[in-house]
Amino acid sequence: MLYEQAQLVRLAETDRAPVSFLLDGIPARALEGDTVLTAILTQRHALRTSEFSGEPRAGFCLIGACQDCWIRTEDGQRLRACSTPIESGMRVLTL
Amino acid sequence: MTVPANIVIVGAGPAGMRAAETLVEAGLHPIVLDENARWGGQIYRQPPAGAGFRRGPRALYGFEARKAMALHATMARLRPQLDYRPHTLVWACETVADAERTGLAGTAHAALSPGDRHDGNKGYLATLRGTHEQAVPFTHLIIASGATDRILPMPGWTLPGVYTLGAAQTALKSQGCAIGRRIVFAGTGPLLYLVAYQYAKAGAQVLAVLDTNTMGAQAAALPKLSAQPAVLAKGLYYVGWLRMHGIPIERGVSLERVLGERRVEGVAWRPSADAPGLDTPVHMLECDAIGLGFGLRPETQLADIAGCRFRYDTLDRCWLPERDEAGRTSMPGIYVAGDGAGIAGADAAERSGRLAALALLDDVEPESSTASIASRVDSATSMRRALRRIARFREGVETAFPAPLERAASWPDTMIVCRCEEIDAGTIRRCVRSGAASEINRLKALTRIGMGRCQGRVCGEAALAILADESGLAPEALGRLRAQAPIKPIPLAAALCDEQVAEIPEDARDE
Repeated sequence: MLYEQAQLVRLAETDRAPVSFLLDGIPARALEGDTVLTAILTQRHALRTSEFSGEPRAGFCLIGACQDCWIRTEDGQRLRACSTPIESGMRVLTL
Repeated sequence: MTVPANIVIVGAGPAGMRAAETLVEAGLHPIVLDENARWGGQIYRQPPAGAGFRRGPRALYGFEARKAMALHATMARLRPQLDYRPHTLVWACETVADAERTGLAGTAHAALSPGDRHDGNKGYLATLRGTHEQAVPFTHLIIASGATDRILPMPGWTLPGVYTLGAAQTALKSQGCAIGRRIVFAGTGPLLYLVAYQYAKAGAQVLAVLDTNTMGAQAAALPKLSAQPAVLAKGLYYVGWLRMHGIPIERGVSLERVLGERRVEGVAWRPSADAPGLDTPVHMLECDAIGLGFGLRPETQLADIAGCRFRYDTLDRCWLPERDEAGRTSMPGIYVAGDGAGIAGADAAERSGRLAALALLDDVEPESSTASIASRVDSATSMRRALRRIARFREGVETAFPAPLERAASWPDTMIVCRCEEIDAGTIRRCVRSGAASEINRLKALTRIGMGRCQGRVCGEAALAILADESGLAPEALGRLRAQAPIKPIPLAAALCDEQVAEIPEDARDE
């Protein structure tokens, strides 16, 4: 039941080239042209946990206004997942 | 032309693009700063370039395909004659007038390279592209900053799987994704039906459309909505299509809460009560995603920090930059256009973008030829006529789809209002009841509502609704949530490197 872990569902444009990246240290695959948010939420249902309550969050506006989708890379860089394209070899953390 | 003009347009949606076109046609060479990767704004947003996206304009933009293609083609054609800068966030604006008023005269000039320091520059924008920081001077500035969804919360609205209606649309348009597998669209406004239609048409499972407004409100708005028969017809088509495809549409509902522990598992709602005061049973609808929105709100932060004067607008029910019919603000050389100047939609945005550019041309070259003046006057007159028609339609939209602000009284104390810092309704109420705050900036200072990373873009409406409910004051008496630079989060390094950004003067700070 792996698909039920995902929040976003791909409806179209699925024949783009695959992109490999590391999601919480585990090899994962996205598609070229995905945002980091899409890359993560097509296999998970959350992007991060709130620094206040620890509740899971998965973004909200997807256009760079709500600032709810900031996550970190393994080297500590912060990125806004909805407006950052996924790149091959990216190492992103949702933990 | 010998005008020493540094003309900058912020935003590349319909307003920014038409403004750019009008200026290029007059022989000017504007800079267009776009936070997005490609021009189009939100409504005509394009999928990422060169990544193998294949859907055509018809699939992406539906009935608006022709308009989208025309605008995209216009920008492609103009590209060599303008300085288009994608991925570029404008995070601060300092004007010379501002510097003089605060006794920091020359600060704005100091940021500019010697070549840019001619007297015509009225200020500069602090921009960030990736990690590249740049001050962009301007003699004239057109702000076409667009809008975001107007959001009202309900318990559980921060769970993963709740997205704005705009987010739902963006996921589909630019990523080919749905926000979930079993989706409910809830809230109110034309976008509610449009997004539900687009999703169902793309093959998503749309379980229901829950509109907080009644059929009666929508029927009452018909005379005004008839001002734009074609737009009204499209709206009715979406509703008809949804009905024909068996998608339930419930009107006059109360949205009670989002169900779920770690993610959306459903939504609880009440059908329209037959008589006032008569409670109807709560319905539970299982789903794994909710698209939520209550119309649009303008992005006005840049006009705010540029020093433009604001007025309360009863139709948009928010503060808007003051402007004349052509888009001139209270600051000489600064113009506003499109939804960022007041919600009016994409068609109006194209016209107001052109109008602002025509006003700018009048202001920079008062001695142009009679022929070009005559053609500008004709063009401006026809733009204004169209805008008045759209304004009447807009009144109809607000009559048909008002946001249910009165629900604020029933929001539980434990409900999160600010999703950035998780400030709940009780905290806001207690502050107002204690008498410590009856104005929104004071409330912000004391509770941190609107002070988080989104600067109140998401929670501002709800905070004002609670403040209005608790204080009993009229909306225009509640104050205006002031914007602060950086208007969106930037890496600390960018702010530190930019020594020229003046410290915020004492009297402009929050208490």
